[in-house]
Amino acid sequence: MSYIIKGETGDWEIVVGLEVHCEVISKAKLFSGAATAFGAEANTQVSFVDAGFPGMLPVINHECVEQAVRTGFGLNATINKKSIFARKNYYYADLPNGYQISQSDHPIISDGYIDVDLENGETRRIGIERLHLEQDAGKLMHDQHPSKTFVDLNRAGVALMEIVSRPDIRSPEEAGAYLRKLRSIVRYIGSCDGNMDEGSMRCDANVSVRRPGEPFGTRAEIKNVNSIRFVMQAIEYEAMRQVELIESGGKVVQETRKFDSVKGETKSMRSKETAIDYRYFYDPDLIPLVLDDAMIERLRKEMPELPDAKKKRFIEDYGLPAYDAGQLVAEKEIANYFEAAAKGHDAKKVANYIMGDLFAVLNKQGKSISESPVKPENLGRMVDLINDGTISSRIAKDVFAFMVEEGKTPDEIVEEKGLKQVTDTSAIEKMVDDVLAANPDKVAEYKGGKEKLLGWFVGQTMRASQGKANPAMLNELVKKKLDA
Amino acid sequence: MTDLVELTIAEALDGLAKKEFSAVELTQAHLKEMEKARELNAYVLETPEVALERAKKSDERRAAGKAGKMEGIPVGMKDLYCTKGVRTTACSHILDGFVPPYESTVSQKLEDEGSVMLGKTNMDEFAMGTANLTSYYGAVRNPYKDKTNPDKFLIPGGSSGGSAAAVAAGLCMAATGSDTGGSIRTPASFCGIVGCKPTYGRCSRWGMVAFASSLDQAGTMTRTVRDTAIMLEAMAGFDPKDSTSANVPVPNYEKALTGDVKGLRIGIPREYNPDKGLNADVRHVWEQTAEKLKAAGAEIVDISLPSTQYALPTYYLIAPAEASSNLARYDGVKYGLRVDGNSLDDMYTKTRTEGFGKEVKRRIMIGTCILLEGYYETCYLKAQKVRRLLCQEFAEAYKKVDVILAPAAPETAFGKDDDSTGDPLKMQLYDVFTVPSSLAGLPAVCVPAGTSEVNGLPIGLQVIGNSFQEETILRVAGAIETMSGMTIRPLRVGGK
Repeated sequence: MSYIIKGETGDWEIVVGLEVHCEVISKAKLFSGAATAFGAEANTQVSFVDAGFPGMLPVINHECVEQAVRTGFGLNATINKKSIFARKNYYYADLPNGYQISQSDHPIISDGYIDVDLENGETRRIGIERLHLEQDAGKLMHDQHPSKTFVDLNRAGVALMEIVSRPDIRSPEEAGAYLRKLRSIVRYIGSCDGNMDEGSMRCDANVSVRRPGEPFGTRAEIKNVNSIRFVMQAIEYEAMRQVELIESGGKVVQETRKFDSVKGETKSMRSKETAIDYRYFYDPDLIPLVLDDAMIERLRKEMPELPDAKKKRFIEDYGLPAYDAGQLVAEKEIANYFEAAAKGHDAKKVANYIMGDLFAVLNKQGKSISESPVKPENLGRMVDLINDGTISSRIAKDVFAFMVEEGKTPDEIVEEKGLKQVTDTSAIEKMVDDVLAANPDKVAEYKGGKEKLLGWFVGQTMRASQGKANPAMLNELVKKKLDA
Repeated sequence: MTDLVELTIAEALDGLAKKEFSAVELTQAHLKEMEKARELNAYVLETPEVALERAKKSDERRAAGKAGKMEGIPVGMKDLYCTKGVRTTACSHILDGFVPPYESTVSQKLEDEGSVMLGKTNMDEFAMGTANLTSYYGAVRNPYKDKTNPDKFLIPGGSSGGSAAAVAAGLCMAATGSDTGGSIRTPASFCGIVGCKPTYGRCSRWGMVAFASSLDQAGTMTRTVRDTAIMLEAMAGFDPKDSTSANVPVPNYEKALTGDVKGLRIGIPREYNPDKGLNADVRHVWEQTAEKLKAAGAEIVDISLPSTQYALPTYYLIAPAEASSNLARYDGVKYGLRVDGNSLDDMYTKTRTEGFGKEVKRRIMIGTCILLEGYYETCYLKAQKVRRLLCQEFAEAYKKVDVILAPAAPETAFGKDDDSTGDPLKMQLYDVFTVPSSLAGLPAVCVPAGTSEVNGLPIGLQVIGNSFQEETILRVAGAIETMSGMTIRPLRVGGK
């Protein structure tokens, strides 16, 4: 099902390409030995190379190169054995050299794709044009002094992977799914932590609209959007703006826009006429980056299992529905938790508890799965207790709650709290008899034809058993006694 | 005692070893000479305290039997080399007061081998110039005199003009230079000294203030070829901090100086002998030298390097393009000169307008322009293609010859106030013979080979070799040095 904007003059399709900057996880910067830890005191992680001192020269950090190659594998892309660094020249106070070292026509990675799952169950393949390595800029702080701007160069020179998609995205939902999938892949690989709120993953969106089937329209680029939700909102707003503009006789201009997340609008920053000519040219301080086959092979062998492969395995090995498998593999930590909990247990039921009760608790407590109060082996064991009849699913809710609160094993909880299911027929029979005896008027009503009361009797008896009665047996006995 | 400032490095090392004098004495003699010759303006910063301290340590090392290759030798340091704790400006106003917290690899290596830095030598601003007229600290005077007009202020050549004048005048035993398009060889020719630009990548560029990164190369300026061999060995070598430095072992260059040229094939490129634009005396010295080499058993081979005519325009596109980017860091934000403005852009503009000299601005503007969309394809990329072509032509030539012999400069040293000095295009013509080998990254050494009959000024010839063939070019240069029998010493302005 395609995403269509119903304009006054007809249908419009949107075309989106995303440029995502991923900060590379690496101990040192791309071209200097300076450290890269987030949140360090201002200007404490700066080398003379990063600060643009005279005579300083860049030397490539191979750790960053390896991260790019790994990510290239994750994007099903071509690893280019020879790539070239170029200078992108512009003046700004956060750019100490007056140029950013990037890659232009010879990126390290090109021509890949990722498959994204949509809510309607469809899978869409989004092409990746390229991934290139480049330096990050420093940070300017305008709020530290009434008339001065402060510069923090800790981030200057940190390696970024710029991942450029093809204009294959056709809806805000697809854009969101693409970003989530991309984030999942780089996190699996460990090449980027994907935290958009910390700025370690940033997104620019190129948006245009067209009549279905017609050539691409003129695009606007929305810069530096810092959450997946905002990217989706920005695309939705921008596409609407363009449709309204065109339908009212206007023309979309190629320009750079920024997204105001408070107002939910995009605003023009600069048009193509005033666009900067970056005067790209090959950086003469660096030689072409040449990757040797042995290194590429080693990295290929070291690749971890990625979300798609894991999803396939979860479906095949654990019999999970595709949607559930997709949910569970989105984050490596969740997938790992699931496998630890499901091993040797009823995987489907484990999956349900993770996606239902556990996610609800984590959400409420604001915790990640690695901080889960319920240990995976305990969750698996609880499912066993349900399946062997020791506890009912109803009681399981309580057991689960106790596990969250006390962190104990389900066996300990069932034992301590006496939550073991009552499966003794005579014990249940006695409880049913007591309930019927205490409510002769209701029994009469039932017999008079008000059969709906069956549920009420079951509920009363269950309450009397403190929830421990085996529900199936209880149901059967209540009906038998009433109908007798 | 002999006049210590007249010694060669080889002689001084000998004298130091024999305890005829100490490094401190040698340094003191040079410091005194520097004081006497300040009118040359060869140094922009004298560092007597640093020098004497290092000389003292040098004597201690020598006494402890730990003498390096340049132990106790007083040297001048081109102001392009960052020197820890010692002001480094590349003779630009924009680097006012910049004191590097680090030492360049080349100057560090020289220090590690025991040399004693006397001070920072004058140069064209950011090494952009042919006559040392663009320095913020003023022109350098060539210690030689034009015998037809002894009062004429002669330029020393550029950009390593201060180094060349200092070496020629005995204000140091050797000096570092840097050569982007002829900045070592032109002043060497004008000042009657030996100037060697080794293969691109032979010496580390780390800590050298950059002009054009793909061309900049550190080199030596000495009074003899033997001294060049000694100094180059001390400076050269792979540096992991410079990605473009070559991981090639450094040979013993002194051993290469056999004086024997028998059987060597020496190429004479016909494109370096134009009808116009080559001084008759220079041509004469060139021809004479070729004949002498032939007499000594070398084979003289006529060769052609057809793209030579395009080298100069190619150089004047590539070098400014790189410079425009390399010099972007001088923005008033971090160090050096800052002229406040009412916005960031205003501060940039004011700082750079005041901080850079005219020639530097001219090159930044040219370089900026040719990297713009449109010009990039028609100018910059085309220049890169010509550069490749030049490399191929040299490679072809080296299948037929071992070295190439050519003039280093088309003229002898000229006057500071000559008409040509005001015209940047005319000034560029002085680079015509040095630029092709720079573009090809080849090693070349300029050696004094004779003097002008007309004005008595020195004339240097350059020996250009194939990549990493420094040994061969030094061997030929050594032979030329012996054959020329040049004994002239500068008639120093106001001095001896």
